[in-house]
Amino acid sequence: MTALSSRARPTRRRTRAGTLPDQFAAWFAARGWAPRPHQLKLLANAAKGLSTLLIAPTGAGKTLAGFLPSLVDLAEAAPSLGPRGIHTLYVSPLKALAVDIARNLEAPVGEMGLPLRLETRTGDTSQHKRRRQKYDPPDILLTTPEQVALLLAAPEAERLFGGLRTVILDELHAMVTTKRGDLLALDLARLRRLAPGLTTIGLSATVADPDALRAWLVPQPGEAAQPAPAAELVVVKGGARPDISILASENEMPWAGHTARYAYGDILAAIAAHRMSLIFVNTRSQAELIFQELWRLNESDLPIALHHGSLDAGQRRKVEAAMAAGLLRAVVCTSTLDLGIDWGDVDLVIHVGAPKGASRLAQRIGRANHRMDEPSEALLVPANRFEVLECRAALDANYLGAQDTPPIRPGALDVLCQHILGMACAAPFDAVALHDEVASAYPYRGLPWETFERAVDFVATGGYALRSYERYAKIRRGKDGLWRLTHPRIAQQYRLNVGTIIEAPLLNVRLTRTSRGGVPLRGGKVLGKIEEYFIDTLAPGDTFLFAGQVLAFGGIRDNEVVATRTADATPKIPIYAGGKFPLTTYLAAGVRALIADPRSWSRLPADVAEWLRLQQERSVLPRLDELLVETFPNGRRHYMVAYSFEGRLAHQTLGMLLTRRLERARLKPMGFVATDYSVAVWALGDLGSAFAAGDPALAALFDRDMLGDDLEAWMAESYLLKRTFRNVALISGLIEKRHPGEEKSGRQVTVSTDLVYDVLRRHEPDHILLQATWADAATGLLDIARLSDMLSRIDGRIIHKNLDRISPLAVPIMMEIGKESVGGEAREDILKDAADELVREAME
Amino acid sequence: MTGEATARPLAQPDATAPIRALPGARLIEVAGVPLAGLPEGVLWWAERRLMVVADLHLEKGSAFARRGQMVPPYDTVATLSALARVIERLDPRAVIALGDSFHDSAGADRLNDLDRAMLHRLQLGREWVWIAGNHDPDLPQGAGGERTAEATIGPLLFRHEPQLGAAAGEIAGHLHPAARVAGRAGSVRRKCFAADGARAILPAFGAYAGGLNVLDAPFDGLFGANFIAFVLGAGSVYPVHRRRLTIG
Repeated sequence: MTALSSRARPTRRRTRAGTLPDQFAAWFAARGWAPRPHQLKLLANAAKGLSTLLIAPTGAGKTLAGFLPSLVDLAEAAPSLGPRGIHTLYVSPLKALAVDIARNLEAPVGEMGLPLRLETRTGDTSQHKRRRQKYDPPDILLTTPEQVALLLAAPEAERLFGGLRTVILDELHAMVTTKRGDLLALDLARLRRLAPGLTTIGLSATVADPDALRAWLVPQPGEAAQPAPAAELVVVKGGARPDISILASENEMPWAGHTARYAYGDILAAIAAHRMSLIFVNTRSQAELIFQELWRLNESDLPIALHHGSLDAGQRRKVEAAMAAGLLRAVVCTSTLDLGIDWGDVDLVIHVGAPKGASRLAQRIGRANHRMDEPSEALLVPANRFEVLECRAALDANYLGAQDTPPIRPGALDVLCQHILGMACAAPFDAVALHDEVASAYPYRGLPWETFERAVDFVATGGYALRSYERYAKIRRGKDGLWRLTHPRIAQQYRLNVGTIIEAPLLNVRLTRTSRGGVPLRGGKVLGKIEEYFIDTLAPGDTFLFAGQVLAFGGIRDNEVVATRTADATPKIPIYAGGKFPLTTYLAAGVRALIADPRSWSRLPADVAEWLRLQQERSVLPRLDELLVETFPNGRRHYMVAYSFEGRLAHQTLGMLLTRRLERARLKPMGFVATDYSVAVWALGDLGSAFAAGDPALAALFDRDMLGDDLEAWMAESYLLKRTFRNVALISGLIEKRHPGEEKSGRQVTVSTDLVYDVLRRHEPDHILLQATWADAATGLLDIARLSDMLSRIDGRIIHKNLDRISPLAVPIMMEIGKESVGGEAREDILKDAADELVREAME
Repeated sequence: MTGEATARPLAQPDATAPIRALPGARLIEVAGVPLAGLPEGVLWWAERRLMVVADLHLEKGSAFARRGQMVPPYDTVATLSALARVIERLDPRAVIALGDSFHDSAGADRLNDLDRAMLHRLQLGREWVWIAGNHDPDLPQGAGGERTAEATIGPLLFRHEPQLGAAAGEIAGHLHPAARVAGRAGSVRRKCFAADGARAILPAFGAYAGGLNVLDAPFDGLFGANFIAFVLGAGSVYPVHRRRLTIG
């Protein structure tokens, strides 16, 4: 430890580096425990002033390992004279996790009688306590990234954090790939400036690229250095190998769909055979469906509950409590239970639908048996034939210990803008010094000065070429060269809008009755919240499952979804194919390898192996590096199906671009549908003959140049970009989520970001927020990097099969057609239809 | 057909010929007067060469900037440019702006020189009437044109806010009508004219002006059984019956 960091603390006695003080050794011994090697290693690193990344599976005592150096340090510190600053800051992505950890720490702290105070600070902490924490902070503060940002934007920041020794970052693997991670990285850079000697401890599940995480934990030099400075690495090997199997059902494996309806009886039997099962699904609507269907079959009334993010918080807390108390036999859940909270004694994880990623599967399986030494048991339930292949690939990957967590992206510019305003709220800043500080954060390493300057300019006046807002500037550069707030009100606005979590606009679902005329009445009970974009895919009268019941959609009124009960037992549930996570590149390669290697088919269910054999006979199976494109007529249309296995997002983009190109080739494309595995386009023109004649040639159709002008032209108008822009506008502070004195949310934002987007794009296409929007969309909703990689990979390796009828491999995607609309794009035909109807009537 | 909104090309060939000549336009009859609803969202009284536009909300961007939300300052030029394109095409003798032409009464003072010049060019050689709106009750002189609370021309009364129980012939704005049209594959939400033969409410024209669903409470009691939403599509106005509309 450097001497610099002890500003606010008296010097201390030191035990020998890396050994446990007697008090602690006795505590371990009293429990019949011995400190684990990784716990001692962290202690030794901390004593040397080294930051550490600890990678360990759940149940390895990760949290205690993270806190041990701080507890030892605080135990040995001389008694304090008056208020001191925060010694250790613990940051978790979930406030529930922070609260949980605090509770767990109280036992050792209390039992050893350590002279320290630990407290949590979350959005739920009372105003009074938060105020008190600012002048009388605890030694250990457990909190979330947003609260750290708020504290750093306060004038007290320097006093609070000047004596900071350690920052513990929990679930680091989950945070670093999001904008919250970007915000946290910037805050960490500021913490280092306030307490130059601080060390960091990152706690993480196994990841694909630990070196990136190691670098994330320590300051980066101005020039991008190779290799980047990095934290020490401590890895705890996994415990017993999980016992994973793919459900073997008597019933036939479905061709398509995501319900896995065939397997519900088998799932119920598995629940009955275990103490407590967690049933993971990929989407909320799948959770609803399975929950309902399991109860329909549940003749012995096993206590099965439902848990997903859209349910009312009170209801979720009830389920969590029942789980912890061991009152339940199964919980059907979505990713809300993904992160490291220990809810109870789970002995089986059932995963319905494909896991989409090997690491995600491993983490979910880790939920079972939070004791390292016992094997976790997991059951994979694929919902259709392609998912069988995906489950098989995921299972192989898990045995190999392979990881496919996403890489850390360059830091987002909207987050940077928010941070700059926050720093101005704390104190006047010098732009050059702040740039150096920002560039020391791993995601922003090498951030060009020009870009930083534009971000400052944006914060000040919006950064428009037409400099008409100078007089309304939020921050201004003074004669002393420092940027400062122009009005204290700006700090208040900042505090109300801090954070990077922009939820998809959520709407309350209100259960009402209808009048005799069929119009929903006012009033009724609120059942929970639902994503606005889900509602956009519904037409009035459509039935959907919510909170375990079938509802008929009435419409949206006063920002609420109005729904009524319906006698309909089988709801029309629009399910986004495969859920929100696209298939990872790693698993996609696994699926391609399975298909290409007939020897591996013996490990597949018989009907799936037979399906592949039939495909081989009727068409062809592509080799590992090839792209198979089939064309065939069906009905009065011509179809092409490309089996590219790049995930739904990349396929949607590909579908859009192919459609544009086929349009230009006058082949009259009518529509397309994308799944995780393939993309199908249908047209009036004879696609097969056209490709066979080389007019256009498939090589030209799939040429990488589609990512040029075609992409630009499409993106400009795409609703996907508007959705992305909304997030960027809110995070950057262009539009406020909340304005002092008035609450705004979702639709109520008084100037529509869609309209702002249209105006900005036309008048200042190079604006920093459009740049940020493009970057977000390219990595997010459009997955352009992946599409680009695929186009390079298949260059010169496209096989065209011109068939006279549909192939076995094409059946699944053909069954998706009509179930899923392209969604959200200008659907002029709907207007035309409605108008034609009126005209017809008027003419009759 | 008098007194009823209708979708069909109309019976009187003389009166509707100019409307049919306008691409994408639809006949919207009010108090027997044949008007044309254009896909741009303006109403055109061909016989009098009168163009009506509602809720321009000029300088809404700068109004937000004053409160610390720096939304792009290009809304005024975007709105005026769109207006210029329609005016160029129609060459109206008179233009009526149905109120909330500026986002606030001081808005006209904040116009930059280019936008101000553009507005003056649009006003050149034609009559220009600003109806007062709730956002801009006191327009400064700098905006040109004449100011009035309401205007009556023939059987039509032009005002900002539609009045419950008004006599037939009311042309208003204020409510920013929009419609959500349901189809088999989901629904589409667009700005629209709302009309029933007795009155018409225009969609908001401004680049930053949004829309309010015609099924929402503020529209209650304004329209009779012949209500039709004339929905603005890309290049065309689509008349849609109430039963095809949905809330939201």
